[in-house]
Amino acid sequence: MTALLLASGIGILTATGVWLVLRPRTFDVIVGLTLLSYAVNLLIFAAGRPGTGAGAAPILRPDLAPSLANYADPLPQALVLTAIVISFAMTAILTALAVRSFGTGGSDHVEGREP
Amino acid sequence: MNTLVILPVLIPLLTGAGLLLAGPRAGRLPRTASTVAVLLQLAVAVALAYSAGTGPVLAYLAGNWQAPFGIALAADRLAALLLILTAILALASLLAEGDEPPDDAGAGRRQGIFQLQLFGLNGAFLTTDVFNLFVFFEVLLCASYALLIRGRGDARFPVAIQYVVVNLLASALFLVAVAVLYGVTGTLNLADLALRMAALPATELPLARSGIYLLLSAFAVKAALLPVGFWLPATYRLPPVAVSVLFVLMTKVGIYAMLRVASVLTVLPGTAGDGLLLPALLPLALATLALATFGTLAARDLRTLASHLVVASAGTLLVAVAVGGEAVVAAGLFYLAHSTLGAALLFAVAGRLTAERPGQADRLLATGRTPVRASTAGYFLLAATGIAGLPPLAGFVAKAGLVDALLSEGPGPSTSGAIVALLLVSSLLTLLALARAGSNLFWKSAGEVAAPAPPMPRGDPARGASLAAALLLAAWVVLSAAPGPLVHYARAAAGQLLLPAAYVDAVLGELPVAAPAAGGAPP
Repeated sequence: MTALLLASGIGILTATGVWLVLRPRTFDVIVGLTLLSYAVNLLIFAAGRPGTGAGAAPILRPDLAPSLANYADPLPQALVLTAIVISFAMTAILTALAVRSFGTGGSDHVEGREP
Repeated sequence: MNTLVILPVLIPLLTGAGLLLAGPRAGRLPRTASTVAVLLQLAVAVALAYSAGTGPVLAYLAGNWQAPFGIALAADRLAALLLILTAILALASLLAEGDEPPDDAGAGRRQGIFQLQLFGLNGAFLTTDVFNLFVFFEVLLCASYALLIRGRGDARFPVAIQYVVVNLLASALFLVAVAVLYGVTGTLNLADLALRMAALPATELPLARSGIYLLLSAFAVKAALLPVGFWLPATYRLPPVAVSVLFVLMTKVGIYAMLRVASVLTVLPGTAGDGLLLPALLPLALATLALATFGTLAARDLRTLASHLVVASAGTLLVAVAVGGEAVVAAGLFYLAHSTLGAALLFAVAGRLTAERPGQADRLLATGRTPVRASTAGYFLLAATGIAGLPPLAGFVAKAGLVDALLSEGPGPSTSGAIVALLLVSSLLTLLALARAGSNLFWKSAGEVAAPAPPMPRGDPARGASLAAALLLAAWVVLSAAPGPLVHYARAAAGQLLLPAAYVDAVLGELPVAAPAAGGAPP
């Protein structure tokens, strides 16, 4: 059940993101890219095979054998954290560019002018 | 552990971080510091090329963790070659920047971003970790966004938005590939990936293959491969010459990443990626080359023409990557060095033309007669003959070597014949485009022929672009006069790529430095 929820969540986020990225206004494109980055972050989590570690913290305990059956995989969490920071920075740059483009060109179309 | 390996990453990072802090009264200091840092990087790159060219692959464990767990850097011959090219282009870019209006308040920021761009490029060439490669890609892209909008005119913002969006989509694809590869193999270290791919159970193969394809698709966007390469010509014609000279290298990063991943994941027989590359990449690379050639014929200004030449050279290189084999990849690497210098030189010429003909810029069909310095025409003539592959310059050696390698070690006589035919026809059309551009730029004058040409302004308005062109030309002439060493070096580099075991052993076999004994100095 968890897997189905996770998979369909990623799918819906990706589909919405792609649709928004293909729209002609910069605001829609930025929101679409944000949704896509959420989908990707969830996918990286899924790649860590959640469920095997059953929510256990990735901190070694003396009474448990050090295998992924007993702990969550810490690496995907580190990857997701890095990816979140990077996509946040990129969204900021893109927003600044979009505002500047609107300010100089007078249009929020991705081509810089109304078609 | 060889500390030399991390210097190309550390020098620009520290310089860039320091320069970003420079205040508005730093004066000429940022540019001087930046130049010193680039010269240091060039020296380190040459030393690395010497060590890697004569000895084994050099590895460095950043953070002192044994390889699959920490992030390791490795310098083999290919990485060292690209480091040298980066440093040369960076130097040319710094020289060309002398033409831009001085901006004392922003000089520190400008040079800081420039150094961070080099940080991303050098890191991407050295890292052995797929996720770290993604991070370095983002660093170099982030710096390139800032460099791209340094020019003038409002047209740059929509183009920059499209460039950023395309690259963010590619980054999302890259991350999906990282997630899939990690999910299948449980590692992101390239050397470790190579070993685990070879030992994968058959049920995991489809997932692993899709991961490799996704990774290659992300790199294809950077390399401007056909269905995803349309962003390049619009982007590259935009920034000032100092930036476009450096941007020539950006497609090469994509090609480097493809070569590296192909070497580690698809060369070993029996692994998940075995035989994946040729059927998918070859048609796309050939189509890229063909379309870019038509692009050079249709270009209306020199920058657009040079941008399409960058795409054409990426297409040619990807043909070599797709075909594979030691001789073909070696010829491709020589072509890479030659075409990078050639395209950068053409951008420098375009920069000079723009400065010498205000109002006309680098448009091919100019109205009225505008005096142009003989040196500009001379640079253009040399650049054009070299890029088209005519004898005196290295382009001839590069193209002849590629054709020879394809015919002798290509994928069978009919396929090789078709590839070579396309390469030669494209070279001929490129020559036509360049010859027409040259005669339009320097000989033809529409109307007003009788009017006396206005006197040449005193003082060179584009001294920086001229110096940059001279530097690039000097490197190119050295390459043309003595291609032997680089041909041998490229051959050895290709050999190293086709036998990734040495790379894998060097990365995984590097031992952490033992911690100093507790209790301070020995008695």
